[in-house]
Amino acid sequence: MYTQALDTHGREPVPAAEGAGPAARFQARIDADEKIEPKDWMPEAYRQTLIRQISQHAHSEIVGMLPEGNWITRAPTLRRKAVLIAKVQDEGGHGMYLYSAAETLGVSRAQLIEQLLSGAAKYSSIFNYPTLTWADVGAIGWLVDGAAIMNQIPICRCSYGPYARAMVRICKEESFHQRQGFEIMLTLAQGSAAQHAMAQDALNRWWWPSIMMFGPSDGDSRHTAQSMAWKIKRFSNDELRQKFIDVTVPQAQFLGLTIPDPRLRWDEATQHFQIGPIDWSEFYAVLKGNGPCNRERLEARRAADAAGAWVREAAAAYAAKHGGRAPAGASHG
Amino acid sequence: MGDPSGGAAPADWPLYEVFIRSRSGLEHKHVGSLHAADARMAVEHARDVYTRRQEGVSIWVVRSADIVASDPADAEALFEPARDKVYRHPTFYAIPDEVKNL
Repeated sequence: MYTQALDTHGREPVPAAEGAGPAARFQARIDADEKIEPKDWMPEAYRQTLIRQISQHAHSEIVGMLPEGNWITRAPTLRRKAVLIAKVQDEGGHGMYLYSAAETLGVSRAQLIEQLLSGAAKYSSIFNYPTLTWADVGAIGWLVDGAAIMNQIPICRCSYGPYARAMVRICKEESFHQRQGFEIMLTLAQGSAAQHAMAQDALNRWWWPSIMMFGPSDGDSRHTAQSMAWKIKRFSNDELRQKFIDVTVPQAQFLGLTIPDPRLRWDEATQHFQIGPIDWSEFYAVLKGNGPCNRERLEARRAADAAGAWVREAAAAYAAKHGGRAPAGASHG
Repeated sequence: MGDPSGGAAPADWPLYEVFIRSRSGLEHKHVGSLHAADARMAVEHARDVYTRRQEGVSIWVVRSADIVASDPADAEALFEPARDKVYRHPTFYAIPDEVKNL
C-alpha cells in the first residue's frame, strides 16, 4: 500500500540558513547518487520533508489494514482467507519498517502514533473509501496496490538510505498483493453475471480514487521540484499516473471490464492512453476529512490503541521485573 | 501509547536492532529495528516483522543503545589512510601472463 499526494500536506519546507558549506557538500553527495545515512549532516528541511513523507506512508500502511481487514471473516474460501490475512499482516509489517525508518530522523514512535490518533497526521485518502463487496478486495489489490507499486519502485532509489532500504523490502512483498487482487477480479469477471457485475461495480468505484492516489497534477504540486533535487522523488505525479493508466487499461480489457471514463482513448500520437478530466474536488474533500470513512478509520485506530493499553502495561511491568532480559531459554548463537 | 488529548507522548519501549541468519553457513545480517518491552518480545516481534517468508533460520536482537558506532565526522581519519595502499590488492602486481598459478 502506499500513500498518495505525499507532497501535498504540511508546511512548505523552509530552507534555513545553515551555512553554504555543508549544504553544498550535501547537495554534491546527492548529485553523485550517494546515499544519506541517519548520522550524516542533512539540511533541516530535508529531514522534515522525510519525516512527513515516511510517517504519512507508515500511517497509510496501518490504516490500510482496515478496509481489507473488514473482509477477513467473510472471505469466500479458506484459500482467499489465508491470502487476505497474509496480505493484511504484510501491510502491518510495512508500517513497522516505515516507522523505524522515520525514527532514524529523530522522531519517536510514540509521537508518530499520537499524530495519527489525534488526527494531526495525514494518510492516504484512498483508505477513507468503504469496502462494500468482496470484489472491492480484488479491486484494492489490483488497482490500489498496483498504483502503490508504481509509486514505490522509484523510492527504492531514494537518497535517504533507511527509507530506500525499507522500500526495497516492501516492493518485494507487494507484488503478490497486486497479483492476488487481479486473480480475484479475474475469477469474478469470468464467473456468473452477478459476479461479473460485482467486479464492474468495484472497478467503477475504485478507478478514480486510484488515479488520484498519484497526487495533484504537476502544475499544482508544491514540493515536487525540491523533492526531485533531493532525489526523494524521481518521477512527477503525472508521469507516474500515466504509467499506471497505460499498464492498467489493457488489464481491464483482458478482464472484460469497462473503465468508468467515457473519454478514455488511445492516443496514437503520444502512444499513451488519455483519460478524461479528474474531479479534484472529491480528492480534496476526502483529504480534508470528508470522505465516506475518515471518522470510522480514526475511531478504529483509537479503539485498537485503547484496547491494547493493558497489554502494553503488562508487558512493561513484566520487562521491569525481569530487567529487560529474556528469561532462561534464550541463548546466543 | 497515543494520547488523543494532546498530552506529551510517553516513552517508547527500547529499540532493538535485528540481525537475521538467512540460512546456516551464512552470517547474521542487519535487517532493521523494532521496539519491544524486553529481549524475548524483541525476538518474537522480529520473527513476525522480518521473517514472514522464511527469510531466516536464526535471529539476533541487540539493544540499539548498546551499539557503539564510529562517528561519520571521523570517516576521513579512519578510512582515508587505506586509499593510497593499493598494494594491498593482488591486482597491484604485474605478473607475466605465461606465469601460472599465481
